[in-house]
Amino acid sequence: MGYFWTLVALVAVLGLAWRYLGSYMEAVFAGRVRFLAWAERPLYWALGVDPGAEQSWSRYAGALIIFSGAAILITYTIQRVQGSLPFNPQHLGAVTPALSWNTAVSFATNTNWQNYAGETTMSYFSQMAALAVQQFVSAAVGIAVAVALVRGFARRNSPTIGNFWVDITRCIFYILLPISFLGGIIFVAQGAVQTLAGPETVHNLLDGATQVIARGPVAFMESIKQLGTNGGGYFNANGAHPFEDPTGLTNFLSYALVLSIPFSLTYTFGKIVGNLRQGLALLAAMVIIFGTWVGFSSYAESQPNPAVAAAHVVTQPAGNIEGKEVRFGPMPTTLYDIASTQTSTGSVSGANDSFNPMGGFGLITGMMLGEVTPGGVGSGLYTILLFAIVTVFIGGLMIGRTPEYLGKKVQAKEMKLAAFGVLVMPVTVLVLTGIAVSVHAGRAAIGNGGPHGFTEILYAYVSQTNNNGSAFAGLSGNTAFYNVTGGIAMLLGRFAIIVPSLALAGALATKGTVASNIGTFRTDTPLFVGLLIGVILIIGGLTFFPAVSLGPVVEQLSKGLF
Amino acid sequence: MLTNLRRALLLCLIFLAVLGLAYPLAGTGVSMLFFRHQAEGSFVSYGSDVVGSTLIGQRWPGPKWFQGRPDGYLLTNSQGQVVVSGTAQMGPRSKALERFVAQQAARLKSEGINHPTADLVTNSASLVDPDISQAGADAQVPAVAKANHLPQTVLYRLVRSQLHGRQLGFLGAPYIDVLDLNLALARLVRP
Repeated sequence: MGYFWTLVALVAVLGLAWRYLGSYMEAVFAGRVRFLAWAERPLYWALGVDPGAEQSWSRYAGALIIFSGAAILITYTIQRVQGSLPFNPQHLGAVTPALSWNTAVSFATNTNWQNYAGETTMSYFSQMAALAVQQFVSAAVGIAVAVALVRGFARRNSPTIGNFWVDITRCIFYILLPISFLGGIIFVAQGAVQTLAGPETVHNLLDGATQVIARGPVAFMESIKQLGTNGGGYFNANGAHPFEDPTGLTNFLSYALVLSIPFSLTYTFGKIVGNLRQGLALLAAMVIIFGTWVGFSSYAESQPNPAVAAAHVVTQPAGNIEGKEVRFGPMPTTLYDIASTQTSTGSVSGANDSFNPMGGFGLITGMMLGEVTPGGVGSGLYTILLFAIVTVFIGGLMIGRTPEYLGKKVQAKEMKLAAFGVLVMPVTVLVLTGIAVSVHAGRAAIGNGGPHGFTEILYAYVSQTNNNGSAFAGLSGNTAFYNVTGGIAMLLGRFAIIVPSLALAGALATKGTVASNIGTFRTDTPLFVGLLIGVILIIGGLTFFPAVSLGPVVEQLSKGLF
Repeated sequence: MLTNLRRALLLCLIFLAVLGLAYPLAGTGVSMLFFRHQAEGSFVSYGSDVVGSTLIGQRWPGPKWFQGRPDGYLLTNSQGQVVVSGTAQMGPRSKALERFVAQQAARLKSEGINHPTADLVTNSASLVDPDISQAGADAQVPAVAKANHLPQTVLYRLVRSQLHGRQLGFLGAPYIDVLDLNLALARLVRP
C-alpha cells in the first residue's frame, strides 16, 4: 500500500514538473528569463561571445566537440595530479592513466561509469572540481543538443540553430544550479554528509568495535548526480550508501529528480514547436513503456530470491531483500533502479547483480531500448525524435506518401541521419560484447558463472554505450581492456548520436514547412503513439533478442544454481 | 578553431571555480549552519563516548546485543583504513549465495536465534546497512532476553518503541536502527 501511494505521489510531482519546469525551460532557452543577466554579461564578454549571434549546425557541433574535449582534458589532469591539490585529507595519490581516461570520458559524456571506488580513489577536490563539475556540464550539453534539434523543427528557412555557449551557460545557471542547491539542502537535512573533514574513527566501547567511516562533500553532489541523470556516486555503493541516500524521502527525491527534466523536456518541445499535443504524444510513448517496465520489474523483485530460497532457512514475505537496503524495501528500490536505467542515469539504490533474473532483465532491456523512455537529460528527447522520424517514415511507407513530421518533409538526407543515429548504439554494443567474450582479457573479469557472467559483460557495454553508467557489478572492470574499450563505447554512444542529431537540426531548420492536409499522417494521435512504441520495441527487440536470450532469459528458464 | 579552444578552456575554468568550488563550499557552509549533526555523519554518544553513526552499520556480538545484517562487520576493525562500501554482489542463482545464507543461519542458530528473517541472513547493497526489519529484531528477542536476564515482554516493547514507520506514512519501508536499539538496550541493562 505504501508503494501504491509512492507511485501516486511520483505521478503528481512529475505532472507538476512537466507543466511548470517544462515551460520554464522553454523560457530559459528562448532568452526570456533574465534574472542572472548581470552575471551572464561579463561571462560572454570574457569568452568573446556575442549572445545574440547564432551558429550554423556545423559551428554548433564544432564548439560542442572542442568544449567536450577540453572538459575531458581538464578532468583527466585533475585526477592525475590530485596528490598535489588541496582538499585531500586521505592523502590519496594520482589516479592511474587508464582509469583517469575512462573516468574523464565517463563523466564528460554524462555516463558516469565508475571503474573505481570513490571513497578510496578520489580526493575531495577530484570529486567536487573534476567529477561534480562534469555532472553539471555534460547534462547541459545534452539538453542544449535537444533544444537545438527542436529549434530545427520549429524554424523555417533558418541557417542557424542557436548559440552553443549561450545554451549551456543558461542551462547551468538558470536550471541545474538552483534546483541542485535546493535538492542538496534536503539531502543533507535528511542525513547525507557534507563535510570537508576527513574520515572519522569511532571506538564503540559497548561492542568493542573500531570503525573508520569515510565522509566527504556528498549531499550537494548527490542532487546534481540525480538531476543531471549522471548517476556517478560519491561512494562505491552509490545510492545504496546511507550517507548518500539516508531515508525513504531522499530515495523518492532521487528518482523524482532523475525523471523530472527528461519528462518535462517533452513539454518544452511542444511549446517550442507551438503544439503541446506533439509533446504529449512523445510523453505518452515514454510513460507507457516506462510504466510497463516499473510494473514488471517491481513484480519480479516482490518474489523470493531463488538462491536464498534454496538454502531453506528463511521465508521471504517481502520479496528479494538480498542486495537491498531495509529502509527502502524491495519495490521502491526497484522503482529507483528502473528510473535510473531508463534515464541513462545509472545510480543504484540496490545491488543490480542481486536482482532476480527477470528484475535484471527489466534493468538491462530498459537501456537496450535506446534510453528514450524518458532517457537522459536532453539525450532522451533528441534520441526519441530520431525514433519519431523513423516512425513517420514507416507510416509514410504504409500509406504511400512522403513522410512529414511537424510540417517538415522527411527526405533521404534526414532519414539517413536518423537511421544512423538509431543504429550507432546497438552496433557498438554487439561488436564490443562479441570482442570481449572472444578474448581472454574480456572473460577474465567475469564475477559469476554461467549465463550471469555473460549478462555482466553485455550489461557493461549496454550501459556505457547508452551513457547510462549503471553497473551490474560482478564484473571487475578496472583493467586496461575494459577501461579502453569502455571509453570508446562511451564516446561513440555520445558523439556519434549528437553529431547526426545536430546535422539533422541544421537540415530541418533550412527547410520550409508544408501545410498539413487530409492526407497528412498526424503525429499527435494515439495511432502515432502506438506506432512509435512499436518502432522502439521492435528495433530494440530485434537487435538484442539473441543476446538477451543467452543471458537473463536462460537464467530465468534454468532450474539449478551456477 | 583556436578561438573556440580558448573559449572552451576558459569556460571550463570558470565552471571549475563556480560549480566545483563555490557551489559545494556554499553548500557545506549552509549545512554546517543548519544541519551540522547530519552533515558531519549523524554520530551519537553513550555517556561521554561517541559510539558510532546511526547511518552506518556495526558488527554487534550476539546474543548479548541485537545484531544487524551480516555485512555490518565490513567497516569494523578495519585497521585505520577506509573500507570500500558495497562490493560483495552475488547473483540470484549463485551457489555462493546459497552457501552464504546457510552459513549465516547456522551462525545465528548457534547463538540461540532459531527463526531468523531474510534480512538477517542476506547482504545489503551498501554493506553498511544500519537497519533491520521489526520481525528481524523480534526474532532475536528470546536469545537477547536470556543473555541479559530480562523478561521477553520488556524487549518486545523496546523493539516496538524503536520502530521507524514509513516516512510521511508511505515512503520507503519500516525499519529499526540497530545502533539506536542497542543504545536503548544498554540503558535498560546498566541504568
